[in-house]
Amino acid sequence: MEVTVKMPQLGESVTEGTVSAWLKKPGDRVERYESLLEVITDKVNAEVPSPHAGVVKALLVKEGDTVPVGTPICILEAEGEGEADASAAEGHGPAAGAAPAGSAEPGAGAVTAASTESPQPFAPGQSERGRYSPAVRRLAREHGVDLTQVRGTGAGGRVTREDVERFVAQRAAGAPAPAAPAAVHRAAEAPAAHGAPAAPAPKLGPDDELLPLTPIRRTIARNMVLSASTIPHAWTMVEADVTGIERLIEARGAEFRAREGVPLTFLPFAVKAAVEALKVVPRLNATWSEEGIILHRRVHIGIAVATEEGLVVPVVHDADRLSIAGLAAAIADLAARARAGTLKLDDMQGGTFTVDNTGAVGTELSVPILVPGQTGILTTERAKKKPVVVGDAIAIRTMMALCLSIDHRVVDGAEAGRFLTEVRRRLESVGPETGLY
Amino acid sequence: MPEKTLIEAIHDAMDEEMARDPSVVLLGEDVGLRGGVFRASAGLIEKYGEARVIDTPLAESSIAGVAIGMALNGLRPIAEMQFADFSFPAFNQIQSEAARMYYRSNGGWKVPMVVRMPYGGGPGVHGALYHSQSVEAFYAHIPGLKVVLPSFPYDAKGMLKAAIRDDDPVIFLEHKKAYRSVRQEVPDGDYTVPLGPAEVRREGRHVTIYSYGFLLHESLRAAEQLKGEGIECTVVDVRSLKPLDKKTIVEAAKLTGRVLIVHEDNVSFGAGAEIAAVIAEEALFHLDAPVRRLCGPDVPGIGFNHVYEVEFTPDAARIAAAARELARY
Repeated sequence: MEVTVKMPQLGESVTEGTVSAWLKKPGDRVERYESLLEVITDKVNAEVPSPHAGVVKALLVKEGDTVPVGTPICILEAEGEGEADASAAEGHGPAAGAAPAGSAEPGAGAVTAASTESPQPFAPGQSERGRYSPAVRRLAREHGVDLTQVRGTGAGGRVTREDVERFVAQRAAGAPAPAAPAAVHRAAEAPAAHGAPAAPAPKLGPDDELLPLTPIRRTIARNMVLSASTIPHAWTMVEADVTGIERLIEARGAEFRAREGVPLTFLPFAVKAAVEALKVVPRLNATWSEEGIILHRRVHIGIAVATEEGLVVPVVHDADRLSIAGLAAAIADLAARARAGTLKLDDMQGGTFTVDNTGAVGTELSVPILVPGQTGILTTERAKKKPVVVGDAIAIRTMMALCLSIDHRVVDGAEAGRFLTEVRRRLESVGPETGLY
Repeated sequence: MPEKTLIEAIHDAMDEEMARDPSVVLLGEDVGLRGGVFRASAGLIEKYGEARVIDTPLAESSIAGVAIGMALNGLRPIAEMQFADFSFPAFNQIQSEAARMYYRSNGGWKVPMVVRMPYGGGPGVHGALYHSQSVEAFYAHIPGLKVVLPSFPYDAKGMLKAAIRDDDPVIFLEHKKAYRSVRQEVPDGDYTVPLGPAEVRREGRHVTIYSYGFLLHESLRAAEQLKGEGIECTVVDVRSLKPLDKKTIVEAAKLTGRVLIVHEDNVSFGAGAEIAAVIAEEALFHLDAPVRRLCGPDVPGIGFNHVYEVEFTPDAARIAAAARELARY
């Protein structure tokens, strides 16, 4: 009997998903829990398992299309009896969310639950495209290969280790690699949809190298184009005297690390100051919409983390309920998992404001681009000793720039200035005796 | 250099060690006057006398127990189990006493003995249920034992000498089908082959085959056959299960990313499971296909009937078929 598969909800507040690849085509047989398609949401990929065994009848959504959760995406001719009724199918749809939500690692689709009636390992299904062995994934990562571009010669069209090696060798030799048919759908990416003027297609010269776009790179690009082209950014900065924090870390950092297992850094102080300042200026914890400004009561702070794959922004949820120690632990945990590529979808979503410690890479001033849907992003810059006037004397103090970009539709310079002043005041009030818990 | 069979190499190793070291003694059923049912000890009782080449009663538990006592008192006994299948009455002595003596006495007492066991079967052996079993997994599971199974005459001589000189109890397994069917140049005189290292018998980039015993030779035949089809195999001789040469095993897996483990012993909980686990733990990101085992089925032994023998035992054709499938995966 016919069963409609719907776009599953892959995370608590995910409202839509982009079909990045169909792993089955009409006419293909699919086992229950076998991966049916790959979905991209925000910065995470996930494979969606089939709720039933059966044959794929029709695909209702094209690769590259984004549809709301619950939208019918595929029709299966299901086999079996009791479990073949549509309500069961719906019941199983969201179960996709129970499958591991994958990680921020590009291409790292979730491994679907093993079925008790899983096919023999040596009888690969009709189409193994989109399922990659550990060796293939490792090679792809090492060489920056977009696996959808590689032609598979293994059983069922599987991309083998040798296929990747051949692709890399051909790319190095400058020969055009045989393109995979599935890759075509991705060509028409979002920029045009956002009204960005089409630039002339760049040409690959003999001395140039083409780095294929990883899914994470594409997502960053899409978000940045969306943000920079739709949000009127305004920028401002203040300078804060962080000598007190520096002294506190000097005096109690080692003890803190021994007790808490994570280092005491500047960042949790900045996050705490930002969170408290957001309570004073709640307009900065908001989202612009044409219907009105959506104020968020809860405070979820995105923390920008540089990884080898690119920038990711995992979220400390309810950051306003955490102490300095709690923030330090939460930030250390997110950063470690971001670098290990083991972030979960929930870690990546719900941010209402972002803090980016750009000083870690040595910058002294930054003009950050907002995360779409947020109203403010704060950067903390490199701390350095400077002669400053204190009272009527000149003193050497450790100074740090705090930069803020805002969505000027939501707030004006007045709120931005007030927010930064609140952050500065809090940072400057910290001293060696300040409580950490 | 003279060509020797595996059984001749074993004979020479015992002969040379007994000549070299008066503390080396041999005991077992029919090892003396009969010279061993496989003739491994032919001529030794004439050469070294009844005090050093001892015909025992049909009581394997006592063979093992006496050997343990000898070893604790300064001798270096070689205990022969006439067939590995008969070692089970001796299992308690080996696992409860020999294997744990060193640990139990906090390093104070050692049991330098070798237990030789002819094992295995296959088409033409006609050993049936009680004369063709593979027992290596039982012993490899026990901490405190070394378990080795050379498949080539050169290794058989060198490893038996090393086993006799080793201070730990060593289970020394000799495949019956390999006894007279495998010949190789073996140097006269003294040399040893260390107990532990695996040996890569050939190198190829498509599939890695791990094996030991007679099926190692079948694996090498399969590799030769596949070469004609353009499939190049790495073949690893896992001649020691304990210690297990994880480094060589992992490196060989990384070479191809596709691994096939072949042994005659029943598939479940066999040596192949351990090898597969090592590869899964240490070479995951080099694997390009599921790890595969081609082993004896989970039935209690190789039946006498030739059809059973053929059905039970993987051969070069079946190994080649499995490797071919892996190469295509």
